[in-house]
Amino acid sequence: MKRQSLDKFMEIIFFISACVSIISVILICYFMFANGIPGIKKIGVLNFLFGLDWSPSNIPPSFGIFPMIVGSIYITFGAIIIGVPIGILTAMYLAKFCSPRLYKYLKPAVNLMAGIPSIIYGFFGLVVLVPLIRNIFGGTGSSILTASILLGIMILPTIIGLSESAIRAVPNSYYEGAIALGATHEYSIVFAMLPAAKSGILSSIVLGIGRAIGETMAVIMVAGNQARMPNGILKGVRTLTANIVIEMGYAADLHREALIGTGVVLFVFILIINGLFSMLKRKVF
Amino acid sequence: MTKLSKLIKTLVMLSAFLTFSILFIIIGYILMKGIPHIKPSLFALKYTTENVSLFPAIITTLIMTFLSLLISCPIGIFTGIFLIEYSKKESKLVELIRLTTETLSGIPSIVYGLFGLLFFVTSLGMGFSILSGALTLSIMILPLIIRSTEEALLAVPNNLREASFALGAGKLRTIFKIVLPTAIPGIFSGIILAIGRIVGETAALVYTAGTVPQIPKNLFSSSRTLAIHMYSLSSEGLYTNEAYGTAVVLLVVVIGINGLSSLIAKKLRKGELNG
Repeated sequence: MKRQSLDKFMEIIFFISACVSIISVILICYFMFANGIPGIKKIGVLNFLFGLDWSPSNIPPSFGIFPMIVGSIYITFGAIIIGVPIGILTAMYLAKFCSPRLYKYLKPAVNLMAGIPSIIYGFFGLVVLVPLIRNIFGGTGSSILTASILLGIMILPTIIGLSESAIRAVPNSYYEGAIALGATHEYSIVFAMLPAAKSGILSSIVLGIGRAIGETMAVIMVAGNQARMPNGILKGVRTLTANIVIEMGYAADLHREALIGTGVVLFVFILIINGLFSMLKRKVF
Repeated sequence: MTKLSKLIKTLVMLSAFLTFSILFIIIGYILMKGIPHIKPSLFALKYTTENVSLFPAIITTLIMTFLSLLISCPIGIFTGIFLIEYSKKESKLVELIRLTTETLSGIPSIVYGLFGLLFFVTSLGMGFSILSGALTLSIMILPLIIRSTEEALLAVPNNLREASFALGAGKLRTIFKIVLPTAIPGIFSGIILAIGRIVGETAALVYTAGTVPQIPKNLFSSSRTLAIHMYSLSSEGLYTNEAYGTAVVLLVVVIGINGLSSLIAKKLRKGELNG
């Protein structure tokens, strides 16, 4: 009898623990929206989202985050251009080209790449990439290009990991069939296996976009952070994430609400990307 | 035709080479530039503006890691047990838990930081404190621990459970005496990855745990972890040498954590082959 009641008790504990993640998501959504939306309303949704001028200390202040939205999109796009081809090709190498002996060392290396903290990537960008870009192209070196390269590197492990398992999940008969038809090793991989791994590779790209758009510390250190519309890839830019971290420390009143609103916009972007990712994973497309 | 083949092969080789040489360059550069700046004074007991010691930050990092795991591990492991041992695979609740766990793992750390600021720091009135920071981080690492527990439990062969039931053990006893001990290495490798995330985290901690460079007096005092310490040093721009040194310490810790986790993973695979 006693044992049974303990069983029941623990089952309830397990159940409550399982509900924690649901409760967390609800709490996060509630607190973000409840604190962010009033501020956005006060500023005006259109003024906030599409306003070109962010000057919180002017009188009257102006809170337009369009430059930051554009900044985040530019940098994410740049990171994808750089990271996706290199990532997918590296995944092909790991899945189909490299020897098992080498693989034993390379796979942990990819994991290590994913484990290096963003602050280290940012610091590396600051002391190596920024001076490099400055010397080659002139200007300050803190620019869209620098941030794109750094983020492109940072999303590599995400792209490689997911794409590699997608390629490995393709039945070997695809490869063998193509070889039997006279295709070369490379042809079989690119034209028979990659199309079959399409949805996995696509979801790796979506996840990479999520990582890039949410990255904060590394971007702050290399992007320049000027809150104005960027004109050219060698100009500095501020992202949504950077806006929050840079100004939250001293913001008050409407300024603070506008920053939380910036977080809400970022959060909505992320929710959309997450939704896309789970749909891809469940093969809705 | 062979021309295109060759081109593909060249591109594949080039990309792989690029990827791994970037990793090599990042690690090599930081170690080479940083190791000369590692001095005993960097590990002095107290932080002063003349000597930006990282010792308080190391202590804070240890406390932060311990606290976050203390909160997150039971919840995460219990969730895994509930999902694998107690619930039906297709139920709506399980679907919902999976969806929310996935959502949590996709949320960037700055949003966690903002949430921590709004909820723990402001609404619950904990202020900038290591407790606020640890609570925020424990939500952040929850999906990692849940997923590794799930995978580890799934890998436990069903005949172990059946054998235990056949001997008259109850469900709870079977889980704690048979299933969990078998699954421990898998869960452990997830916990180690979680430690890596805690140690490297910055954005979620700046506005929850704060940036005070001293050893925290209690759970409600603000203090900076190693990663935040490094962020402060490199953004202030006055202590570049110390920032290099801190980077080395951080990097070595992360490499150690990763090595440990792949070692365990390797042990696991070997165990499977033998068993």
